Amino acid sequence: MAEKKKNFEESMHRIEEIVSLLERGDAKLEESIALFDEGTKLIQGCSGLLDKAEQKVQKLLITDEKAAAEVPFDEG
Amino acid sequence: MEQPSQVFSVSQVNQYIKSVLDGDPLLSGLFVRGEISNYKCYPSGHHYFSLKDAEGTMRCVLFRREAASLRFQPENGMKVVVYGRISSFPRDGQYQLYCSHLSPDGAGELHVAFEQQKEKLQREGLFDPAHKKALPPFPARIALVTSPVGAAVRDMIRILGVRWPLSEVLVVPVRVQGAEAAGEISAALTWLGENHAADLIITGRGGGSMEDLWAFNEEPVARAIYHCPIPVISAVGHEPDVTIADYVADLRAATPSNAAELAVPDQNELYHRLEQATRVMTQQTASCLSRARVRLTAASNHRLLQNPMRYLEERRMELDYLQGKTLGALRLTLSKERERFARLCASLDAMSPLKVLGRGYAITRKLDGTVVRSRQETAPGDAVRVTVTDGDILCEVKTC
Repeated sequence: MAEKKKNFEESMHRIEEIVSLLERGDAKLEESIALFDEGTKLIQGCSGLLDKAEQKVQKLLITDEKAAAEVPFDEG
Repeated sequence: MEQPSQVFSVSQVNQYIKSVLDGDPLLSGLFVRGEISNYKCYPSGHHYFSLKDAEGTMRCVLFRREAASLRFQPENGMKVVVYGRISSFPRDGQYQLYCSHLSPDGAGELHVAFEQQKEKLQREGLFDPAHKKALPPFPARIALVTSPVGAAVRDMIRILGVRWPLSEVLVVPVRVQGAEAAGEISAALTWLGENHAADLIITGRGGGSMEDLWAFNEEPVARAIYHCPIPVISAVGHEPDVTIADYVADLRAATPSNAAELAVPDQNELYHRLEQATRVMTQQTASCLSRARVRLTAASNHRLLQNPMRYLEERRMELDYLQGKTLGALRLTLSKERERFARLCASLDAMSPLKVLGRGYAITRKLDGTVVRSRQETAPGDAVRVTVTDGDILCEVKTC
């Protein structure tokens, strides 16, 4: 779960970085194309994550200080 | 109807009733509990209202002088306890409760307690804005510390699922009212914090009276929120309900549904941002490419690259031209110099002593070779050599 979150946040950050670099307009041709490729891949990744996402809802039953059980939550 | 022994006037009866009421010890000072309705405050400063319960209603008046000590604004629907005396107003024959004191029923104590709690915790710094944590922009795990039943938890799960299904929801069931609620809520928050079990916590409940929401005003809950290392959104009741938890939380939501909206981004908005990013990237890269193409075309259209032979021809022509000019200049110089040379020779020739001799002049020299210029340089009998155009004549001086 943590990697998912880190990937998404970092990806969004890098995408925005790439957009502003390209908007500045002073990148050389090879750099521009490389940035475009990287940006496209990242965008596809993020879109993919969103597309596939399915909400997961669990109920947490705390047993003691360190332990808890996760069971499926059904709304009562 | 038989003949009455006594007939009274209306005023008399009204007066009598008033005296009966005024004279009754119970009615001279009593507490009455009820709900305010038909409340109206006149410009005179007197408050008129009715007190009612399920089965009855009673007219009341609170005069300006007594009303001055009110700390709150009476409103219809408010449950109050009133102290006053019952009497009647003979003019209209109506009895009224003449209030000398008015206070909220039950909730009054809670209000006082709330203010005292708020002041104490604020002084301790629990509401300090500098202590509040920022919410994670894309929480992966969201814990809901709330009742597992009811509209609040259902609404939160639904909204979280619609907006951001990428996150996992963890429901931590607790009581949200009653004596045990505060303990359960604070224990849940503490456990989540110590076990790093979520990126974000929402704690709250649906609407209710001040008593119903009271758990979220209690000290253990406030301290648990303050010390929790995970960001906490408070989501208690409806928009106007404010609890101590709302002051301590890292973010206050007006309602549980509002909390779900604040907790996660809307995936539609994310899609939109990604689309926009794609558009900008494509545009920028395309224009970068076309700029490069223009430069390439311009360069390749240069006449040098188009027709290299012509370039060489032009250079050769230039070379020939220069060569021609150079030779011409050289020749000119040469002839000029020759001319000059001839002139110089002629001048030189003109000045030649041999030419002078040819005209009849002679050079007279002594035998040692020195040239004689004057008569006095010689004496009669000296031998002199005279040079003429074709040679020398040896002579002897006769007279000088």
